[in-house]
Amino acid sequence: MNFEQWNGFVDGEWRHIIDVRDFIQRNYTPYHGDSEFLKGATERTKNLTKKFYDLCEEEKKAGGVLDIDTENVSSLCSYAPGYLDKENELIVGVQTDAPLKRGVHPFGGIRMARDACKAYGYELSQKVEDYFKYRTTHNDGVFRIYTDEMRAARHCALLTGLPDAYGRGRIIGDYRRIALYGIDALIEKKKEDKRLIGLENASAESMNLLEELYKQIEFLGLLKEMAKMYGFDISKPASNAKEAIQWTYFGYLAANKEQNGAAMSFGRTSTFFDIYIERDIAAGVLTEEQAQELIDDLVLKLRMCRHLRTPEYNELFGGDPMWITESVGGMGEDNRTLVTKTSFRMLNTLRTLGPAPEPNLTVLWSYRLPDGFKKFCAKLSIETDAIQYENDDLMRNDYGDDYAIACCVSAMKVGKQMQFFGARTNLAKLLLLTLNGGVDNVFGTKVGPQMDVMDDDVLDFNTVMERFRIYLSWLCRLYVNTMNTIHFMHDKYAYERTQLALHNTDVERLMAFGVAGLSVIADSLSAIKYARVTPIKDEETGLIVDFKVEGDFPKFGNDDERVDLIAQNLIRDTITELRKTPTYRNAIHTLSVLTITSNVVYGKKTGATPDGRKKGEPFAPGANPMHNRETNGALASLNSVAKLSYCDARDGISNTFSIVPEALGNNMDDRVENLVSILNGYFLNNAHHINVNVLNRETLLKAYEHPEDYPNLTIRVSGYAVNFCKLSKEQQKEVIMRTFHEAV
Amino acid sequence: MTGKIHSFQSLGTADGPGVRSVVFLQGCPLRCACCHNPDTWDFNGGENVSADEIFRKIKRFKNYFGKEGGVTVSGGEPLLQPEFIIELFTLCKTDGISTAVDTSGCVLNEKVKEVLKLTDVVLLDYKYVTDELYKENVGCEKAHVDKFLEYLNSQNTDTWIRQVIIKDLNNNADSVKALKELKKKYNCIKKIELLPFRKLCIEKYKNLNIPFPLAETEETSKAEIENLEKFL
Repeated sequence: MNFEQWNGFVDGEWRHIIDVRDFIQRNYTPYHGDSEFLKGATERTKNLTKKFYDLCEEEKKAGGVLDIDTENVSSLCSYAPGYLDKENELIVGVQTDAPLKRGVHPFGGIRMARDACKAYGYELSQKVEDYFKYRTTHNDGVFRIYTDEMRAARHCALLTGLPDAYGRGRIIGDYRRIALYGIDALIEKKKEDKRLIGLENASAESMNLLEELYKQIEFLGLLKEMAKMYGFDISKPASNAKEAIQWTYFGYLAANKEQNGAAMSFGRTSTFFDIYIERDIAAGVLTEEQAQELIDDLVLKLRMCRHLRTPEYNELFGGDPMWITESVGGMGEDNRTLVTKTSFRMLNTLRTLGPAPEPNLTVLWSYRLPDGFKKFCAKLSIETDAIQYENDDLMRNDYGDDYAIACCVSAMKVGKQMQFFGARTNLAKLLLLTLNGGVDNVFGTKVGPQMDVMDDDVLDFNTVMERFRIYLSWLCRLYVNTMNTIHFMHDKYAYERTQLALHNTDVERLMAFGVAGLSVIADSLSAIKYARVTPIKDEETGLIVDFKVEGDFPKFGNDDERVDLIAQNLIRDTITELRKTPTYRNAIHTLSVLTITSNVVYGKKTGATPDGRKKGEPFAPGANPMHNRETNGALASLNSVAKLSYCDARDGISNTFSIVPEALGNNMDDRVENLVSILNGYFLNNAHHINVNVLNRETLLKAYEHPEDYPNLTIRVSGYAVNFCKLSKEQQKEVIMRTFHEAV
Repeated sequence: MTGKIHSFQSLGTADGPGVRSVVFLQGCPLRCACCHNPDTWDFNGGENVSADEIFRKIKRFKNYFGKEGGVTVSGGEPLLQPEFIIELFTLCKTDGISTAVDTSGCVLNEKVKEVLKLTDVVLLDYKYVTDELYKENVGCEKAHVDKFLEYLNSQNTDTWIRQVIIKDLNNNADSVKALKELKKKYNCIKKIELLPFRKLCIEKYKNLNIPFPLAETEETSKAEIENLEKFL
């Protein structure tokens, strides 16, 4: 391939095959300096941002949804172009014909689309209803073949948040490919792949893939059409920084028009863009100020993305999130840092546009990152509470140096791997099911192996564990089969044509399972082992509904080997059991310890547990220790989480860390230095992820009482950032209750 | 060798340079009016823990310490358990962990001198600049503390002077200027920290049934500290 748009780029493999990583490696300029070079927001950017915030205000007044297009089924070309401010926007494109107006995506499930419209006072048009009378949705397909056992496990919330009624998400198209190669070259490559597969025997597998390729090619064509509606010809590569950003964004926009995936992440684009920006700056056609404007405009577009959800969905994943995760920083396999000036520019949007939860800015941390960059990140964390950090040194081993994070903590090689998202199972509930011999003590559901309810004597650790293993083994098989069902139907009825067109044809698949309530079950088992736990039964049902706990026991979050080992083993046992059941399309089994904000709902649906947690009380989020059980201070808590092995939980281990500013030091300089030290230490101890909040509980209490005074208060919750005021009161209370590490 | 330990905090950023783990030792002979750890006074309290065990605990946090941080031994008055600290610091030194002691400076003997040899930074609570205030509010002579400081200077031991600023006792420019003079006199002083008087400890006093002498005194504001820092 040869294009004039590539003038000035260093030659390499990337010219002959689709290989964005190779292009980056040969052309990027690592940056080791500090943040001094950055420029602030221009007047233009300030005006545009104000327009956006005014719209957000209207959206809030309208009850959370500004407008819905109920007439059309959302797709790449189903809406006329929309603008925030046509004359002044540098990067264009919105999901429907107007900013913040939401489209409907019934391919995941028509009922979800209908209910979501209704919840905000709209009605899905007859046109759409009629069309879907004769069309099977993903949701229809799944429920046609769900077994009774799957339904029961789902009903009693042993398996929850399953993507069986909406887009599964967690797939990151390599949107950069559009900028580097242009659509025509991508279509040619896919046509060639299709031709080669056509030479094989016509097996079910190959025919399926051929049809998928047909759809991918069709949608690459539509993507070109969509861009044309906005006045751009993206058939050829981008010729400058502005086009590179615009082309890439069009890919992401198309994906959002097609899919309402739970997490629609953006990828790892900053250093890619930096190559174009540096070329333009060197050519004297772009200034630093203009470079920042381009990134600002892109981020503003990302902040404008919305999907239509039901109130039930929001209860699980609070704050209207989309997990538009952009991964920044990291190190290369050749030991050069992947930090560039545009890594700084991307994070700088937290200042130029103000703090906000989206995009979900994720810093890939290595202790070898340049000092200036580390300090800049730490400072922004202290200022905004909007950044999460993940261990690049751990992930690079498994995913190389061109991976990105989908959603919160899910790493995947960009354009080479995709994920089958699997929500999570509630381990604390599984323990209660174990003790009750296969009856859920909240819903009364009979599910799993049927046994006697355990005696009301003091619980014996070994007996409980022996039984628990039987239930875990049963659950894991059911969980894999449920996931296979869901993803088979998703591929069949709601295949992500745009996103997968931006992947290699021989994409590697990861099947991501998850657990919730880890610290609850670890502490519960610790109580059974080290204290005296006697079950209390309900007289009517004969089920165990509460526990008497005598004596003290080690609690997760104190760097205490006795209980930390229980937690480690639970994860190892779970992934080991999961691996015993084969997956759909030979996906690799992975596991996460992540809850998002659903720890509140999980807690609500789970009876009292032997650790002293009462019925209905929230779990700790992700892999966090339970609230206020830590007695050795913040670092001990971090160490406990760091012990959980990433090898066993390759889909990520989420930890949310809140600390008051004074506990980090007396002044800003000390705080920055100390936060850098803490992050270095935590990740050197092989931890995977951390959300950093530096704030006082009082601030949250005030925001709880007077949300109007804190419209932009951003905080990190499990795996993403959220506008505090957009959380439900219940979720807000849970966040306030959490441990805030204080000065000693 | 065991020490009497009050508690262990994995993360401290207020007791010496960088990120530090802090070991609070039990027992103190002084009764400072502004003391925020009355629960560390009683020599009969605390838990006996070996230096080796504490060392192993500290080592778990080594990766967080970075270039500056390390371990701080505080209290109580830690220098009343010099043998324990000698053993602990010797272990720390062989492992490259930086050491600090937070002390009132009221005890100086041969054993303490041995501790100081193993100490990278001394946080000296130089509570007041006059002997009268010392006698009234601490219960020891200022001369002891000055002697301690003399010794630190003679050994070239990095020293941070710390003083809690309390309304009507030492919240005046003259007092702070006297500290500045001290810094001129002793080369070992690397830093002077003025700390605001806080009453977070009031609950502890209540629980222990001990009257808090400064219960009625106002907390010192950040602004006042910043104002006084100008005289440094």
